[in-house]
Amino acid sequence: MEYFVQQLINGLTLGAIYGLIAIGYTMVYGIIGMINFAHGEIYMIGAFISLITILLMGQLGFTSVAFVLMVALAMAMVFAATYGWSVERTAYRPLRGAPRLSPLISAIGMSIFLQNYVQLIQGARVKPLQPLLQGGFVLMENDGFTVTLSYLQIIIIVLTVALMTVFSLVISKTALGRSQRACEQDRTMAGLVGVNVDRTISLTFVMGAALAAVAGLMVTLYYGVIDFYIGFLAGIKAFTAAVLGGIGSLPGAMLGGLLIGLIEAFWSAYFTIEYKDVAAFSILVIVLIFRPTGILGKPEIEKV
Amino acid sequence: MASGKGLNIIEIVKDSALTAFVIAALALPFAGFRLADSPTGLSIDPRLNWVGYAAAIAFFGRLVLNIAQGTFLPKLSESFSIGSGHMGQAVQRYMFWIGLVLIVFAIALPFMPFSSRYVLDLMIVLLIYVMLGWGLNIVVGLAGLLDLGYVAFYAVGAYSYALLATHFGLSFWICLPLAGIFAATFGIILGFPVLRLRGDYLAIVTLGFGEIIRVVLLNWYTLTNGPDGISGIPRPSLFGFMEFTRRPKEGQVAFHQYFDIPYSTEHRFIFWYFLILVLALFTNFVAMRLRRLPVGRAWEALREDEIACRSLGINPTNTKLSAFALGAMFAGFAGSFFATRQGFISPESFTFIESAIILAIVVLGGMGSQVGVVIAAFVLVLVPELIRELQEYRMLAFGGVMVLIMVWRPRGILSFREPTMRLYPDKGRGDES
Amino acid sequence: MSNAPLLEVEHLSMHFGGLVAIGDLSFIAHEREITAIIGPNGAGKTTVFNCLTGFYKPTVGRLTLHHPSGKRYLERMDGFQIPRNSGVARTFQNIRLFPQMTVLENLVVAQHNMLMKASVFSLAGLIGLSRYRNAEKEAVDLAKYWLDKVGMLDKADWDAGNLPYGDQRRLEIARSMCVEPCLLCLDEPAAGLNPKESHELNELLMHIRDSHKIGLLLIEHDMNVVMEISDHVVVLDYGRKIADGTPEEVRNDPSVIKAYLGEEELPEEVARDLGVGQGDDDDA
Repeated sequence: MEYFVQQLINGLTLGAIYGLIAIGYTMVYGIIGMINFAHGEIYMIGAFISLITILLMGQLGFTSVAFVLMVALAMAMVFAATYGWSVERTAYRPLRGAPRLSPLISAIGMSIFLQNYVQLIQGARVKPLQPLLQGGFVLMENDGFTVTLSYLQIIIIVLTVALMTVFSLVISKTALGRSQRACEQDRTMAGLVGVNVDRTISLTFVMGAALAAVAGLMVTLYYGVIDFYIGFLAGIKAFTAAVLGGIGSLPGAMLGGLLIGLIEAFWSAYFTIEYKDVAAFSILVIVLIFRPTGILGKPEIEKV
Repeated sequence: MASGKGLNIIEIVKDSALTAFVIAALALPFAGFRLADSPTGLSIDPRLNWVGYAAAIAFFGRLVLNIAQGTFLPKLSESFSIGSGHMGQAVQRYMFWIGLVLIVFAIALPFMPFSSRYVLDLMIVLLIYVMLGWGLNIVVGLAGLLDLGYVAFYAVGAYSYALLATHFGLSFWICLPLAGIFAATFGIILGFPVLRLRGDYLAIVTLGFGEIIRVVLLNWYTLTNGPDGISGIPRPSLFGFMEFTRRPKEGQVAFHQYFDIPYSTEHRFIFWYFLILVLALFTNFVAMRLRRLPVGRAWEALREDEIACRSLGINPTNTKLSAFALGAMFAGFAGSFFATRQGFISPESFTFIESAIILAIVVLGGMGSQVGVVIAAFVLVLVPELIRELQEYRMLAFGGVMVLIMVWRPRGILSFREPTMRLYPDKGRGDES
Repeated sequence: MSNAPLLEVEHLSMHFGGLVAIGDLSFIAHEREITAIIGPNGAGKTTVFNCLTGFYKPTVGRLTLHHPSGKRYLERMDGFQIPRNSGVARTFQNIRLFPQMTVLENLVVAQHNMLMKASVFSLAGLIGLSRYRNAEKEAVDLAKYWLDKVGMLDKADWDAGNLPYGDQRRLEIARSMCVEPCLLCLDEPAAGLNPKESHELNELLMHIRDSHKIGLLLIEHDMNVVMEISDHVVVLDYGRKIADGTPEEVRNDPSVIKAYLGEEELPEEVARDLGVGQGDDDDA
């Protein structure tokens, strides 16, 4: 029982991280109908920037953990957003009217480019980080097995909930959100009624990148080690989460993320750890066969 | 960017400055602060001058690009553009002859003075990718099914060949078709769940399948030896009775003995070269032939409009499955060749990157264009090999080239479609503008 | 009329959740006749087509097609089986051609099933048997026949996507005829055509009816086309049939006029255009 609860907590934490990345995928897919293959790399870049900022602050003599983390958060979000914006401008915007496959290939190329860029500049070895936040609450204790909820886990979950709320409000209440929804439904018409389509799309990318950066910071703190390859795997799983929850739906992306996180945690705990990545894919395949629009997605009626 | 009369210098300078600023911002966290190993773990090694260099390069580069775009570049690219314009139409008309020349050149290659083991080896690698590109072209180019996990079939072909050859001692010429059948079966198995998926969803699921196969190969130790791979895969002999070794096995004749020429390891390479050449040309031949047959036309119609296909009585399920199966079969053949050529295979050779490379070859070459695949394979596979010194930057350049070519020519380098039948073969198209 | 029934629609209903798109529709379309389905926008006309051609599964109802080789129940058949086994072909409101394939190829693709049979799933073609070559020649001949009929023989090698709009519509009809159907369903074939093109369309459809002895089912808004060529008109409003008869009967039916114009008395100009008496006195 205790083991189960611990896996539940771990799974939810992991799921929150996936969910934040998934939101970026789902927002971009919703507005321009393409999979941003390079999004996983933005998450990885966010992780690296967090790491670098933390180390730099340490070197410069700052000792307050809270302050350092806040600066790291800000830096990661700002720079990752810049990367996200640049990627959109160089690799996707020129291909807006092109056949489907072209932006996809461009995105894959961008993903490969960014991975290798980081690898070349920062070295291929894994980058470790001393744990900054230690300790937590003990929830249950039984037979020598303790269920702990660490401070870091609390922060991750709280921050995720806060960001979700903010973004949901932005989507539903602000002009930007309205522009986004308009572009999602009919881009041409949105342009004709005065929406600045280019700017809306850019902002969507920027927002998604910022969230991915937060996920990057979280993963740096949570696992204590990063490398240039984490973007690929997390990216695939996060996209799986977005599709699982229903592409185009923000709550769906988070829901999908949580589910994937839970599946991964429970699978590696109760079955074998080698096939845990396969578990996520298999779930995706099964869901897409029986409910192609995902859990919270709207079923599409074929217009003939 | 306005072309023609006069350059707006202020706008250009502002634009270049903005670019430089953005590049500086991008470079700052990475180039500016290097993570370095130190006794206490990682530390930061500031290299802010790199940020300065990056910004300067960006500024001047953008400046030059803007000036060029405002003056001579548009005219230049129009006259050189392949697929449209004067050069484009010329290329279209002579496509058949260009293909023929390439084939003749390929056949004559081993006998040319500059040929060597190194050159042959390079060409063998190229031809494997060309074959895979032609095979994937059936799925992606003709049928329009976005497959990001093609490497799975390549792997199935390689592993089934390896297992059949090492466990049952069957010859290459028996294992090859069997491997193809296995791969084709996998193609159908993978095709079934994705029948109702369109576009990007299909891409992600096929990518997932590719990864699943790789992880299974990595972990199913008893069958595949896991990360250790399968070694000792026997080399093929010429039609089962002539071998390419110095001392042949009992009952076998050695190639050099039969023809009474001195032994050279180059013979084996030449044999491999011609083997892959034949396999690749076979793939091309079958694909082109099928294109003119009902099944091929159904593939293209499916790509164009699935709903219209249904309304004409075409069964979309069978059409999709046949595309997957056939594409998979050719990948299986290629995998068999790969296994026997290397003598050793492991899951490392079958990563997602391979699928991406093959897909890039198909798309960059121009979907449906056979010669385009050859060109794209040359650019993406051969050129990086040739500049070995910059090996580190190979993948970086690869990614960058993918983006650049897509942005420059979204439809691929050679992007016109040759109709499968003409009512008036001698006239031109008539609708060329 | 002495023509045999070709399509019998009995108590067809189509519900989407709580929305009743079609409610208890019954009518009969006969061979060698042009039956038009008309009604205001949203009346459910395209939905009827979609039920007939396998894009929707009807909620309730029986759709019997009298094929030369026996009865076919369309409500039970999968999408692509309907053209293949029942000989029902259709065109679409938003033209669906194969834009990157040539005009000729579009027409040959339509004969896919015949060619597959003749070539044993393309295998005979792969090894170059003459059996396939002959079948392909026949297919091209049929394509040429229809190209000639729609006046596009000289554009046979054009890419279908490059054709002007009127030609695209005609190509779609030619393509449906290459399926060699016994029932041809046309969804707003006259949409976007100018008067000259509409007239040519009328000629084409009547030729198809008279020379090829098939039945035609037509959704149309253009009353000139409907009144001029239909043998039989069915009127829908809000998914229900409100009139069923000859063009003259329907034209003067008060409930039809009310459905289209919302009042029982027609303004003078409209009445003149429709060739109807003003007011709702009994004329017929």
